Amino acid sequence: MTRFTPTTPEEVLETVRWAAAEETPVEVLAHGSKRGIGHVTQTEHQIDLSKLTGVTLYEPEELVLSARAGTPLAEIEALLAEHNQELQFEPLDYGPLLGEAEGRGTIGGVLAANLSGPRRLKAGAARDHILGIHAVSGRGEAFKSGGRVVKNVTGYDLSKAMAGSWGTLAVVTDVTFKVMPRAETEATLVLRGLTEEQAAEAMSIAMGSSGEVASAAHLPESVTGRVLDGALRGKGSTLLRLEGFGPSVDYRFERLAALLQGRGTQGRIDGDGSRKLWREIRDCRPFADGTPRPVWRVSMTPSEGHRMVMALRMEAAVDAFYDWQGGLIWLRMEAYPEAEAVRRLIAQFGGGHATLIRAHPMVRDGVPLFQPPARGLAALSQRLKEQFDPKGILNPGRMGF
Amino acid sequence: MSGLVMPALNAQTIARRDEIIADMKIIVPGEGVVHTENGMRPFETDALTAYRQMPLVVVLPETVQQVSRILKYCHDRNIRVVPRGSGTSLSGGALPLGDAVLLVMTRFNRILDIDYANRTVTAQPGVTNLGITNSVQHEGFYYAPDPSSQIACSIGGNIAENSGGVHSLKYGLTANNVLGIEMVLMNGEVVRIGGKHLDAEGYDLLGIMTGSEGLLGVVTEVTVRILKKPETARAVLLGFPSSEQAGQCVADIIGAGIIPGGMEMMDRPAIHAAEDFVHAGYPLDVEALLIVELDGPAAEVDHLIQRVETLARANGSTTCLVSNSEAERMTFWAGRKAAFPAVGRISPDYLCMDGTIPRKELPKVLAGMRELSEKHRLRVANVFHAGDGNLHPLILYDANKDDELERAEAFGADILRLCVKVGGVLTGEHGVGVEKRDLMPEMFSEDDLNQQIRVKCAFDPNHLLNPGKVFPQLHRCAELGRMHVHRGQIAFPDIPRF
Repeated sequence: MTRFTPTTPEEVLETVRWAAAEETPVEVLAHGSKRGIGHVTQTEHQIDLSKLTGVTLYEPEELVLSARAGTPLAEIEALLAEHNQELQFEPLDYGPLLGEAEGRGTIGGVLAANLSGPRRLKAGAARDHILGIHAVSGRGEAFKSGGRVVKNVTGYDLSKAMAGSWGTLAVVTDVTFKVMPRAETEATLVLRGLTEEQAAEAMSIAMGSSGEVASAAHLPESVTGRVLDGALRGKGSTLLRLEGFGPSVDYRFERLAALLQGRGTQGRIDGDGSRKLWREIRDCRPFADGTPRPVWRVSMTPSEGHRMVMALRMEAAVDAFYDWQGGLIWLRMEAYPEAEAVRRLIAQFGGGHATLIRAHPMVRDGVPLFQPPARGLAALSQRLKEQFDPKGILNPGRMGF
Repeated sequence: MSGLVMPALNAQTIARRDEIIADMKIIVPGEGVVHTENGMRPFETDALTAYRQMPLVVVLPETVQQVSRILKYCHDRNIRVVPRGSGTSLSGGALPLGDAVLLVMTRFNRILDIDYANRTVTAQPGVTNLGITNSVQHEGFYYAPDPSSQIACSIGGNIAENSGGVHSLKYGLTANNVLGIEMVLMNGEVVRIGGKHLDAEGYDLLGIMTGSEGLLGVVTEVTVRILKKPETARAVLLGFPSSEQAGQCVADIIGAGIIPGGMEMMDRPAIHAAEDFVHAGYPLDVEALLIVELDGPAAEVDHLIQRVETLARANGSTTCLVSNSEAERMTFWAGRKAAFPAVGRISPDYLCMDGTIPRKELPKVLAGMRELSEKHRLRVANVFHAGDGNLHPLILYDANKDDELERAEAFGADILRLCVKVGGVLTGEHGVGVEKRDLMPEMFSEDDLNQQIRVKCAFDPNHLLNPGKVFPQLHRCAELGRMHVHRGQIAFPDIPRF
């Protein structure tokens, strides 16, 4: 096996050209922090982008940052923090859930997996913040899309096309992201003792208020003890996060607390405690238990999430918690993934999709890890893949096709 | 338009016009097929009125099935199709072709679903942008992207152009606010992408469709997210002796971690035109005017207004007015919102450009524009979405004077070249259409453009949907599909070196 470690975009181009000419499949990776996700085909060659690094442009006043794709995310986050800025979509770290070290992964991987976090409701995902890319298609041609400005409709948005493509369309060599100021402070309103149905209602009221709630999650009784070192052990916790300037957070907190009066017992978590809590929810810490028990990431209509889970409990042993007002559900199965039941019930409750993030290798082989797209969409996706990578050399089969 | 070359007409299609009209009447019974000269006249142009062309026939379908049948019919017979919403494109995106069916989506005008629990509205594509907000405002909700044509432009057209508006700095563009679509491909296939969930599965086809200018598919249903109206909104009017100082103030506001709901700049000619027109109370002795709107909870807005005032004073602002009522806030905006018609009053015609630049380059670009104004002997007024660097230079000309349109177009092209040169782009929100089509090579290499056209090939391999737009040259898909890489011509045929 050959492991190519290009250090410049030109070397990436040269490598992909070679692979295209040889029609030999390559696995594209850097730290390999998300290698446990999706179908990784054994290829004879790898393109390792972990040496293609460096922030190439950072202008805090312009809210823009460009970097080589292999630049460690941790390095970028540290740089932004120095200027009191951040990637507003707070990309999650799959490390702990997959039983690996935390803090690994690159900015290119953030785009390839379209990462996001609890602020997804308000601030979007990587796709909403990517401004431009440079990449090499599976044809062995370098191309760019987008630019460094937010408002841009010049040509198709191929930068977004890279989001969530898991390296199957092109090898991205450079990314430009919009960056944003960090909130001055944050606080979380905690509602204790709500059922999942009551929690769904409370989260819907909160998100429909003018309180600019940034995140809304619900940790049922079986999960709530597994965050903040057990500080929330006991009855289920419904969590509503407010961010911004100090006086604004306090004002909105009071308004929100008044609006939700009578719905559970109220509590407040401030500043660093709140940040830690949402980081743990972001990274699915409650299920980072060191086991290979199957974990699904489900995206569906927020108000339908708990209904799907209740129906699923009639069929399988499952532990669950909710982010994104119920629209993101992390499911941990006791034994088997129960893929058929999970996907059937998602379809029954308004549609959405499920990705099997973690599972024992023996189990993974028999399950479509990514949601198989509907027929028309599958054909269109396949045609898109062929237009970028006609020989199918880039991460073949990673997304199931 | 002066030098615009559109795809050569397909004589076969034109010869079969009567037959096509008869078949369209079978697919869309009733009043949905327009083919008389008088009937088609209103459709010969969009909001880029310098270009006019009568279509082959105008069809106004009412159901998804009809759209599907029309497209399949045209696909099977190699007939071109130009989709159109409300016809408010400023780049000629809906300009008809003489041999193409003009597919007008205005009859798709119903709101299908309002879901407050999930804060979504599902609408047919012909519903206007403002129509979405109107359907939910009694509950205190609104749809955030607000292009200035929002009273007329359709939500389907917003998808095609990835429309923005003055609030996009804080609330995002169409692409950030659309959750799902249903669309019909050129072969008649109906495809659904996304829904009410936040992350659509698989490739980001929603991201590709948004801003694709009607070249990939015809949108037949849209699901967008709506937001609760902010508790309060107040605007601050700031006048500066120079655009440099105003520009620095914008940078300082953002540098302080403040993201205003809207942040607009106008230059002296625009200020004067607007003030003469609507009497908004704008200062006339300044070179640049900023309108900064802060929205949110009252406590936050009051807090931020003080900080903005401090930053403005530090940058030498000579006027600082804070709105104290909703009426006053609306007055501050009235001038900005009327800037285009105001300029229309002082000039027989004007050309509205739409480049985006890195904010810091503003002084350089404004200076460059002054030079270009002298070179082309035409006046220019500037309104500017200062927060996100989106410039709207309005070039003043008189189409009845011999070569003024040509000079205006050359001036516009020079401005856009300047935008690209300083790290910006050709179009921020109006689209490429036909207007900026031939400037695409200023920004993109042949490989860049070819990869974009290949995306089109995945959706519409025969280039039947809206041809002649966006791409200066639409290479055939078969030609683009060929791999020009051969063994032996590669730098290193064996084991690589790094």
